[in-house]
Amino acid sequence: MASPSGSVAGSGGGSIVVVWSATDSGAIPTSAPPRLLAPSERPSPRPRAGARTWQRWVGRAFVLGVPLAYLAVLLVGPLLAVVAGAFADGAGAFLGAVTSRWALHGFAMTALMSGVAIVFNTVFGVAIAWTICRDRFPGRAALGGLVDLPFAVSPVVVGLMAMLLFGRQGWFGPALAARGIRVLFAWPAMALVTTFVSLPCVVREVTPVLEAIGVNEEEAARTLGASRAQTFWRVVLPNIRWGILYGIALTAARTLGEFGGVLLVSGGLAGKTETATLVIYRHLEERQDQAAQAIAVVLAMASILLLLAMELLKTKRDRDLDSAGRTR
Amino acid sequence: MSIEARGLSKRFGTFQAVKDVSFTVQTGEVTALLGPSGSGKSSVLRLIAGLELPDVGQILIDGEDSTWSSAERRGVGFVFQHYALFRHMTVAENIAFGLDVRKVPAPQVKERVTELLELVQLAGYAGRFPNQLSGGQRQRVALARALAPKPKVLLLDEPFGALDANVRAELRAWLRRLQDEVHMTTLLVTHDQEEAMELADRVVVMNKGAVEQAGAPSEIYDAPATPFVASFIGASNRLEGRISAGRTEVEGCDVDWRGALGAGGQGARDGTTDATIEAFVRPHEIEIRRERGTEGPSIPAAVVRATRLGWQVKIELALPTGRTLTVHQDKEAVDALGIKAGQRVFITLRGAKIFARDIAATASPAAAQLS
Repeated sequence: MASPSGSVAGSGGGSIVVVWSATDSGAIPTSAPPRLLAPSERPSPRPRAGARTWQRWVGRAFVLGVPLAYLAVLLVGPLLAVVAGAFADGAGAFLGAVTSRWALHGFAMTALMSGVAIVFNTVFGVAIAWTICRDRFPGRAALGGLVDLPFAVSPVVVGLMAMLLFGRQGWFGPALAARGIRVLFAWPAMALVTTFVSLPCVVREVTPVLEAIGVNEEEAARTLGASRAQTFWRVVLPNIRWGILYGIALTAARTLGEFGGVLLVSGGLAGKTETATLVIYRHLEERQDQAAQAIAVVLAMASILLLLAMELLKTKRDRDLDSAGRTR
Repeated sequence: MSIEARGLSKRFGTFQAVKDVSFTVQTGEVTALLGPSGSGKSSVLRLIAGLELPDVGQILIDGEDSTWSSAERRGVGFVFQHYALFRHMTVAENIAFGLDVRKVPAPQVKERVTELLELVQLAGYAGRFPNQLSGGQRQRVALARALAPKPKVLLLDEPFGALDANVRAELRAWLRRLQDEVHMTTLLVTHDQEEAMELADRVVVMNKGAVEQAGAPSEIYDAPATPFVASFIGASNRLEGRISAGRTEVEGCDVDWRGALGAGGQGARDGTTDATIEAFVRPHEIEIRRERGTEGPSIPAAVVRATRLGWQVKIELALPTGRTLTVHQDKEAVDALGIKAGQRVFITLRGAKIFARDIAATASPAAAQLS
């Protein structure tokens, strides 16, 4: 080791290192002398009181029982009721109801609405999430709030807004009608309303993932010669894919059950502008309870499957969020 | 393959991150941008990489004006502090990325990846994912990835900042050996002066967005150009004083600079009539005595604490003005003096970097370095 007052400025890097490591540790006047670590104390388990065991059991039963009872009354009960109703006239009646002309058309319309909403909200949802996370402009925070608006506004109000826009006296209605394009009381308006009410799903799921993964990998890709498009497809998209899929599942779940907004703009043309929920509604009005319940069971089944898919996707997405924290 | 920065300035909102920064990195040379956090060194590196655009100034890479060209066309290799590996790609895919996006044929890519894996000593790790590697391994993958497209220059942003101390030292030595092999023109950003001194041929010291001094590591240490460099590089004690009417006073004591500092002191007396001064004294440049010295002036002091640090003893002294000094002495010398806390001693300054500031114009600190 070199002497501290020796050739500090000398060319030998080693001697410099030694002097620093020695002086740096002592240069701060307030630095305390190194402390010895106290031996770790292991908490010893306290003996349990055996006398009040029955009280603990009562307490535990109460804490566990109340939420379970609540769930049974609110969730399981209605589900069982609707399944029982659907099969009240036997399996044949159930199959007949869910394969009727009305039902099949209703399912097809629901699938179409969901499909349109998923396509548009995925493409634009990712674009909006990107803008919120990566661009810096005045009103960025406001945009983040605005995106949630469709969740806050009642779908009926959304339907009303669509009517005001595309109705006969609406802003766009006359111009579109003149070109022979029918929006209101046809599937385009229904798709529009469905898309609107499910807009936040993808945005809200992708935004936190984009925030968590940060810009590091994107910047690395850029310095390695990747264009913006290459960076997006090869680096960003694989990182947010589970978030996007979760958002899509959420969109599907939200759109399957959409009713109020669609009801307003559909015009209720039986067999023409009816989604599955609207078919249920009409069957109930026509006092065909069994048919209504049968279709309801199919929708409920679809929702439960989506729920399972979402649980799966959630763990994958959370892993992306976690690894973002770890590798950064 | 040189890098030249000319008058770079960059403002983020109201914060002036980079102020008129100019320097050159010669071909094949390693230059370190050294400064405390927030000194703008990383911003300078990002400007050179094209990850930010300057408000004013010019960047030349290999003699070519790259100021406004986009990051992907600059041909720089960038290594990030937190690795920034593509987490969904394997090690081999990470390294191949820069070649794949350039549409290099697959056999060539494979060959280059193998070559680089060997260079960074990770030959068996091609199929691993980044989260299966240690920090040091990740940083070596990041380095291999940056080198794969054969960049013109290599930019390292605190490359060892996120690693444990011992891994850091090991990787630093390895990078030094690697540099001896490949001779890449490298710009390294660090706040660790040890790292800068060990790796760099030249050091550019930055503070508050501006360059304080640029030079060889030993130059920076031996001849700091500004008070900031004197205090930032290596450990120093800062003393205050003034020169007026030919008398020099430091910490309230008259000192004869000729005795303590040699010829430099004469210049101080002749050159500056009236000035406040800052003196930076390294912990080993202070001599402690029991009695008032005969050769040169002495300043009285009291021993606050003496702490044994291996073969050295760190002694904290209090001056009559209340300022505390840190002195490092060999254990033998301290034993011979019998120094212990509470004792009154005298100190002599064996060397100092002195910066005079004209009282009449305190706003502009003159770099009048006297010793």
